[in-house]
This record gives sequence, C-alpha cells and structure tokens, in this order.
Amino acid sequence: MSRVSRFLISRWGPIVTGAIVGILAPMLVYLGNPGNMGICVACFTRDIAGALGLHRAAVVQYLRPEIPWFIFGSLIAALIYKEYKPRAGSAPLVRFSLGGFAMIGALVFLGCPWRAYLRLAGGDWNAIPGIAGLVVGIVIGVQFLKSGYSLGRNRPAPAAAGWIMPAFAAALLILLLTAPLLGRTAEGEPTGPIFFSTTGPGAAYAPVIVSLVVGLAIGFLAQRSRFCTVGAVRDLILVRDTYLLNGVIALIIAGVVTNLILGQFNPGFEGQPVSHTNALWNFGGMVLSGLAFTLAGGCPGRQVFMSGEGDADAGVFVLGMLVGAGFAHNLSLASSSAGPGPYGPIAVIIGILFCLAVGFTARESVAA
Amino acid sequence: MEPVHVDATGLSCPQPVILTRQALKSYATGQVVILVDTATSRDNVSRLAQREGCQIEVQERPEGGFRLVLRP
Repeated sequence: MSRVSRFLISRWGPIVTGAIVGILAPMLVYLGNPGNMGICVACFTRDIAGALGLHRAAVVQYLRPEIPWFIFGSLIAALIYKEYKPRAGSAPLVRFSLGGFAMIGALVFLGCPWRAYLRLAGGDWNAIPGIAGLVVGIVIGVQFLKSGYSLGRNRPAPAAAGWIMPAFAAALLILLLTAPLLGRTAEGEPTGPIFFSTTGPGAAYAPVIVSLVVGLAIGFLAQRSRFCTVGAVRDLILVRDTYLLNGVIALIIAGVVTNLILGQFNPGFEGQPVSHTNALWNFGGMVLSGLAFTLAGGCPGRQVFMSGEGDADAGVFVLGMLVGAGFAHNLSLASSSAGPGPYGPIAVIIGILFCLAVGFTARESVAA
Repeated sequence: MEPVHVDATGLSCPQPVILTRQALKSYATGQVVILVDTATSRDNVSRLAQREGCQIEVQERPEGGFRLVLRP
C-alpha cells in the first residue's frame, strides 16, 4: 500500500478529505454552483431527477456531473487499492425506501448533511435547527443499532451488480454532453427530457471540467478515508470515536475560511440562498434524514461512494434517493424559499413512522 | 480458554464494531476472533480494539475478507 493511501486511512484521512471538501465546495459556488451548494448530494441528485424528467420543477433540472464523478473517483480508488468488490442482498427494498424518505427529509430542509454543514460554513443560521434535527435523527438510529437493529448481510454478487452504478454514471455524463431531446410534444416536436433549467438553482453551475476534477478528487479521497457526515456523529455517540467527526469539523472550519476569503460568508437567517426560515421543519426534515441515513449505514455521499466500490445495496439506496426526489417535487413535498411545501410536513411524519417501523422490526441473529 | 468467534461479514456500518465491542465486554479475559469482509470494517474494528487496549493480529482470508484476532 502506498504512503498516500496509508495516510488517507490514518486519522488524518477524514481531516484532509473534510478540509478539501470545505475548500473546494465554496470554490464551486464561486465558479457558478448555487449559493452554499458547492456540493449537495441530495440537491444534485434531485437536479439529475429533474433533468431526466422524473419531476417537472423547472428551476431544479441539471445533470450535475459531480455525482457521477464521485462514483468514478471511488471506483478508481477501490480498483487501485483492491477494495472493489461486487456485493448485494441486504434488504434492497428497505434500503430503496430509506433512500426515498431520506431524500424527502433533505428536500424539506433543502440540503443533505453535506450541505447542512456547508450552509453553516456560509453563515446560513437556518442550518442550525437542521443540524440539530440531524443529530436527533442519528441519536434515534443509534438506539436501534444498540438494541440489535440490522438489515441483514450482503453477499458476494455477480460482476454486473458492481458495474451498474458506474455504467449509470457514464450514461448521465454522456447525456450531459450530448443533451438529447428524448421527449415529444403532442405535435411530435422534440422536447425534453433531457431538461436543463434556464432560471433558478438548476441554471447555476460551475464549468463541467471543474466539476470533473473536483468530483474525481473527492470521490477518490472519500473512498480511501471512509468520509461520512452521518457516521461522524453516530460513531461519537456510539463508541466515542472522533475519527470521522474530525473530518466534519475540518470541513466546517475550511468552509468558513474559504467563504471569508471569497467574500461568500453572509451571516444571518433571512435571504439565504436556496433555504427557508421555518425552524420547525428545517429540524423535522433532518430528523427524518438523519434517522434514514443511520438505518442505511451512512450519509448520502458515503452511499454514492460505496455504490462505486461495488456495493449494489448502496446503489439501490442512491436510486431510492433519485425516485424520492421525483416524488418530493411531483407531490408538493419539497420546500422552496417561501417555506415547506403543502404536503412536506405530513410526508416527514410518514417518513419518520416508516423509519421507526423499520427500526423496531429489522433484526437479524448474528450470534456466532 | 476457547476464543470467542464473531462473524461480522456482510454487515453494514457500524454493526461489526458493535458486535466486537459486545464480544470484548462479555469475554474480557479471552481471545476474540472477528471475521469481516471489507477493509473498512477491518479498519473500524482495529481502531476500536486499539482504543480498548487490545493486541490485534490481522490475517487475510483465502476466500476474501479478513480475520482479526483480538487479545485483551
């Protein structure tokens, strides 16, 4: 194993990864990505769902290349260090549903845990109730883990199980570059999908080549260091392990410093980019997300990276997020800058009830 | 004393760590053998064992994965 790889799996690995995310994400904002959204695994997956026509919210449709490059960065690292391993079979439908509800919770808050920390680092104090909700969701998940919660074991799987997500990522990149019009109007005229927003957050993006480099680099680093924004809090509570938490702290500190240098640190509650000020549902949305991510074994970024190293169950979770994003916008669950969508709160409650049902019923005997 | 065996292969994070900790608490004086299937689980269990003051021996299994022998 190379010196670099040994370094990345030492306690410095998550710190370096978090610091690099904290530097690169605000730079992506500076270069065109939406405000405080240099990287958001949930928002970017939602934009991809929109570009594919899985929802028709015209302001959030773009084939965000960061997500497919995350998958490739992780795949490359896993292949180089012989950690690529096709595996599948741990309650895929439950994981799909957890992915869907995690996405709905994230879109009520307007961001995944990555963006919650990045919003904080940009001075958006609405992130504070969101992060509080995230912690509460993780605490609930940890109680289930302590009492024997398990979605069961995965098993070695055929090669195809490991290649589907990288192939899907490649397809997304080809569709981004070729931008075909695959739909037809009633008159037979070509139209989207693929959809590209002309206004709103979906129309704000950094140059494709920059997203390529950033996505590959973060995918590679995060695969090596096991960077996980939910595991950070979970492991602190569960086993007093700060290995991953140090990465999140480094992300926030590096994010604040970079935003200050770039003139992007704007403290306050009002007028923050792609956010709303409803503290109750910023909190509630992230309780759902935090619980769903904990029950599935990791944050959305971690799920994306694991899907690149052959974990088909993580791939199913990511596809659940993609479909959940479609539902979130089609059924008026997602929030906007005006506040929660009409049915967002009830969806969060249903999602939490679903997660509790999973938490109480998913058990596997793992005695030797 | 017979070692305690824990099969944590195929389990999501952080279950291998939880099972290891339970085994170490229950059998504080004996040897604990943990089977895991990924390098991530190997590293997570090793980190826990180090914090608990255990000696760790990591062996690669011919069928894939790792066998970790922990001695308190």
